[in-house]
Amino acid sequence: VCLSFDLLLNAVIAGILLGGFYAAVTVGVSISFGILDIVNIAHPAFIIIGSYIAYIVNVTLGIDPILISIIMMPAFYLLGAAVYQVYYESFEKYGQESLIGLSFFFGLLFVTEVGLILVFGVDYRYVEAWYIGPSWHFGAIDLPLRMLVPCLAALALFAALQLFLSYTFIGRAISAVAQDQLALRLMAASPTRIKRIAFGISIATTAVAGALLIIIQPVEPSIGREYIGRVFAICVLGGLGSLPGTLIGAMLLGIVESFTSTCYGPSWAPAVAFGVLLLTLAFRPAGLLGR
Amino acid sequence: VQTRIFFLIAAAVAALVFVAARFVSNDYVFFAGYTVLQFVVLATAWNILGGYTGYVNFGSAAFFAMGAYASVFFHKTYQLPIPLLIIIGGAVSGLVGLGMGYLTLRLRGAFFAIATLALAVVLQTFIVNWDYVGGSRGAYIIRPAEVLFVGPYIQYLFLLMLGLVVAALTCARWIERSQLGYGFATIRDDELAAEACGVPTLQLKLIATTISGGLMGMAGAPFPYYIGYLQPASAFGLEYAVNSIAMPMIGGTTSWVGPLIGAILLGSLQQIATVTISSAVNLLIVGLLLVAFVIIAPRGIVGLVQERLRRSVR
Repeated sequence: VCLSFDLLLNAVIAGILLGGFYAAVTVGVSISFGILDIVNIAHPAFIIIGSYIAYIVNVTLGIDPILISIIMMPAFYLLGAAVYQVYYESFEKYGQESLIGLSFFFGLLFVTEVGLILVFGVDYRYVEAWYIGPSWHFGAIDLPLRMLVPCLAALALFAALQLFLSYTFIGRAISAVAQDQLALRLMAASPTRIKRIAFGISIATTAVAGALLIIIQPVEPSIGREYIGRVFAICVLGGLGSLPGTLIGAMLLGIVESFTSTCYGPSWAPAVAFGVLLLTLAFRPAGLLGR
Repeated sequence: VQTRIFFLIAAAVAALVFVAARFVSNDYVFFAGYTVLQFVVLATAWNILGGYTGYVNFGSAAFFAMGAYASVFFHKTYQLPIPLLIIIGGAVSGLVGLGMGYLTLRLRGAFFAIATLALAVVLQTFIVNWDYVGGSRGAYIIRPAEVLFVGPYIQYLFLLMLGLVVAALTCARWIERSQLGYGFATIRDDELAAEACGVPTLQLKLIATTISGGLMGMAGAPFPYYIGYLQPASAFGLEYAVNSIAMPMIGGTTSWVGPLIGAILLGSLQQIATVTISSAVNLLIVGLLLVAFVIIAPRGIVGLVQERLRRSVR
């Protein structure tokens, strides 16, 4: 089934577009898990919240979903900072983040999902925008704008975060937290404050990721679960804490998933991420660009 | 108390429960009771890995469903009796646990947790694509109406699950007091120090994942017969994952009593809430209780009671 050149070419392009979107979904985890060592498995739940906010505002006011998500970022930042504060006060301070910290995030994930089901039901929701529907054609290549626009938005978000982390004072401080918290304390800086900011940023990215998700596909509350495997697979594949690695990992996973869908049918796609995750953990646990 | 005596006491209590349940003329008590007992096994199994060694398993649903689908497979192929299916289901899930553990446990603890989460999604994908066991349509299991010497089939299932509860609790309590349990506790408290003292941590962790996964599979094996129609979405339901974490967390994770208390309390509460309110609300309650307990009382009900006792002694 997979022999036609056109089909292969389109699968690669679809994979790259999908990968760009995955990069936006993963970048937050790359910060929280990769840099801060906080295993936030509730990350997809925040993404779904972002999707639903984009949906509500889009349906009632007709504003572009990406614009909505950018406006919502400060609110998500505050939400993230608040969640970190609870996490720190309850678990991290006592060094108990492993067992009950994980359960805390798992509980958050679950409560969000069930809460959304109670409020919105299990129907699929979608948004409307001018770029959902049309596609550009270049010879044999199809470029659906529904995928292209989220991919470009994701890359912009990614570039902004990379610049922020490398060139601003706070960004460098965040990297410093990842390297040596004790040294930071000795210099009279508070790692907790910096981690709070970084976690806030990590959750702020979910506002955008959520809007992009609901542009790409209709969303229902339990869809977030499918992204847990993907997000952590990309994070581990790229190498923990490395943003360029995350981008490469996201593109690779996007392409492999797109091939799987084209050749074996879309019902197999969710298994790909897990295969990638297990293979990476077994053969190169440090990831492609890991420290 | 020695393990053998504990086993006898547990078996006697189980027998009493069964006799008492038969005095109730309504069969619903067996249906509801079966679910609660199933959660006791799941919570105890989860706690052997999660509570004793400190490694979190989010994929309980996957291990449970493996047991259930192993039953469906063998039901279609050979028509084996359920006690045998329970052993097969346990073996299948135990092997999956061993394999998962081998791939992920050599790394940091978080990887294991993440991998178990993803495992559920993947196994579900496989089952959905596997037509022999029903695929996404699901599989029907025709069960006989009566069983010799026991009576109605649901009573037989209830009795089997009671037996599993006794086995799981005895196993958990035995581990707690054996050298194995002390090994597990060293991993939970400080894995690096344990490793440095010569504790074979990887080996112990693999034993824990295998036992824990195996018990979950055993709990899942009779499930197709209980529900009659097994669908991937119901076998892999997130409620199994969340309940098997929430119950030990709420009861207390350091001893076998915790999961038992948590499962009986939360399981009964859910049975009541499902009937009186709605099943979505009852899941929300479980989630909120889990979050509340890990923040306010991280040592669970058992921890709260112990603290109270210690204070009253002084």
